[in-house]
Amino acid sequence: MSKMKRRRRELRDAVLLISPFVFVFAVFFLYPTYKVIALSFTDAPLIGEGQWIGLANYAKLLNDRLFYTSLWNNLYFVLLTVVPTTVIALLIALAVSKLKGRMQALVLTLFFLPYVLPVSVVTMIWAWMLDFQFGILQPLIAAVTGKPVPVFKNPYWVMPMIAVVTIWWTNGFNVLLLIAGLRNIPEDLYEAAALDGATPWQRFWRVTWPLLWPVTALVLTLQLILQLKLFDQVYLLSNGGPFNSSYVVLMQMYREAFQLNNGGYASAIAMVLFLVIVIVSVLQFQLLRIGGRK
Amino acid sequence: MTAKRARNIAFFGIVLIAAMIWIFPLYWALTTSLRTENRIVSDAGVLIDELNFAAYIEVLSTSKLPIWYLNSVGTSVITTVIVLLTGMMCAYALSQLRFPGRKALYLLVVASFMVPVPALYVAQFILMSDLGLVNTWWGIILPQLIVPVVVIVYKQFFDAIPKEMREAVLLDGGGEFTLLFKLYLPLNWGITAALAIITFISTWNNFFWPFLIVTSESMMTIPVGITQVNDSFGVAYARMMALALLAAAPVIVGYLIFQKRVTEAVMISAGVKG
Repeated sequence: MSKMKRRRRELRDAVLLISPFVFVFAVFFLYPTYKVIALSFTDAPLIGEGQWIGLANYAKLLNDRLFYTSLWNNLYFVLLTVVPTTVIALLIALAVSKLKGRMQALVLTLFFLPYVLPVSVVTMIWAWMLDFQFGILQPLIAAVTGKPVPVFKNPYWVMPMIAVVTIWWTNGFNVLLLIAGLRNIPEDLYEAAALDGATPWQRFWRVTWPLLWPVTALVLTLQLILQLKLFDQVYLLSNGGPFNSSYVVLMQMYREAFQLNNGGYASAIAMVLFLVIVIVSVLQFQLLRIGGRK
Repeated sequence: MTAKRARNIAFFGIVLIAAMIWIFPLYWALTTSLRTENRIVSDAGVLIDELNFAAYIEVLSTSKLPIWYLNSVGTSVITTVIVLLTGMMCAYALSQLRFPGRKALYLLVVASFMVPVPALYVAQFILMSDLGLVNTWWGIILPQLIVPVVVIVYKQFFDAIPKEMREAVLLDGGGEFTLLFKLYLPLNWGITAALAIITFISTWNNFFWPFLIVTSESMMTIPVGITQVNDSFGVAYARMMALALLAAAPVIVGYLIFQKRVTEAVMISAGVKG
């Protein structure tokens, strides 16, 4: 008797259970995704109707010098952050995992703490650290360059310094992932390597590095995607300047949509970012997998 | 043996110094916030040698910080609760029940990982504005309710629970909701705590979306609000740092209390531990 009945009850319960999530997901995620695609083919302002203009927005993008500047700056920022932060995180993770008990907890806390701060707190603190007149890091900069530098108003310094601030802020996350990865490497592999007379250097390259690679690859991929989405730090520290030297894609999307009232064009910019992130993450994932097999 | 011990101590010393350099910006913010403005610009000793709370008192009494706290707490708590409830229910169905479209739904959730959320902000803003939710808590909350990692992590953990336990409850006449809230959820309190922490921190710290959807100062969350004070203070280093630290205090204290959970949560949500 009950097979049909049970089946129907299961179906009813399933619908009840998934509907809240599906509703939220459909209205606030799938619909906006569709909408941003549709908008990118129109000349709509931010609020209000627009005309279908086909690929005109994309054609305009191809001739938009500022857009190329933004893309280039995104790429530059990725170069400045992704590999450096992974290397720094790996060094810290290796050091922290050598410590034990309370000492380990203390050191890990200090390295991780910046990660939980809101971005505007981070930028306020660093703006003060690097303040042109009274910043405590200015003597250090002056020692290298001969004079203090208003770093966020200088086209050469601005991106590297935003990279430094970003690495300081987000590095703790990478450290944690790498520590978890290190803990998953079986101890007896190291013992076996030690019995074979392997030096610490050899142990790292023959045991740690290959076995940690999946986690390292994960860190690299997550960082790449995260850093392509750069907006907050740039907006708060340099507002895209000076002379657009820190202008990035999301900055341009924000300006077009919310300051110049070009909803359609901003959506086309968003679509390019969307595509870049999808392509890059698929490609990188594949490349890293091949790299790991060697 | 003693040589090795000495080496260990030296190693710990170096790591500790590196960690202290790493945390120095926060320490320096604290030192600055406790000084008078005149001293800040006259000498630069790095030790905390003054305990002047004037900057804190002024920030608390002149800025809208208390209201921003309220907005941040309210929106983050509501977001976290809804994200966890909807996420765990959906994950339970995906993990334990058979229904048409199950695979497709799961693939959609997994694929949504790849979408960079800020790319949707223009469309989400238009939607919120059509719904009349600009400058409201719900305007801040609704687009932040999409956290696919919650569904995925819950599903993994529900998958791992042995089927026999399920049969026992079903024989006692319990339904799916009993199963979820009396068996699957209690078995996974640790995960719930971890996911709650991750969701709460990321909502609390979100800057870009609340910055877009809120324009009135009294509706701002902390990360957005404190950037407004920036403009109205002029040059006032002690007050700026007091403001930054007051804004950061809840997450710092929360992290120090729930340290282990936070660490675990980060690892679980990235899928490196489970």
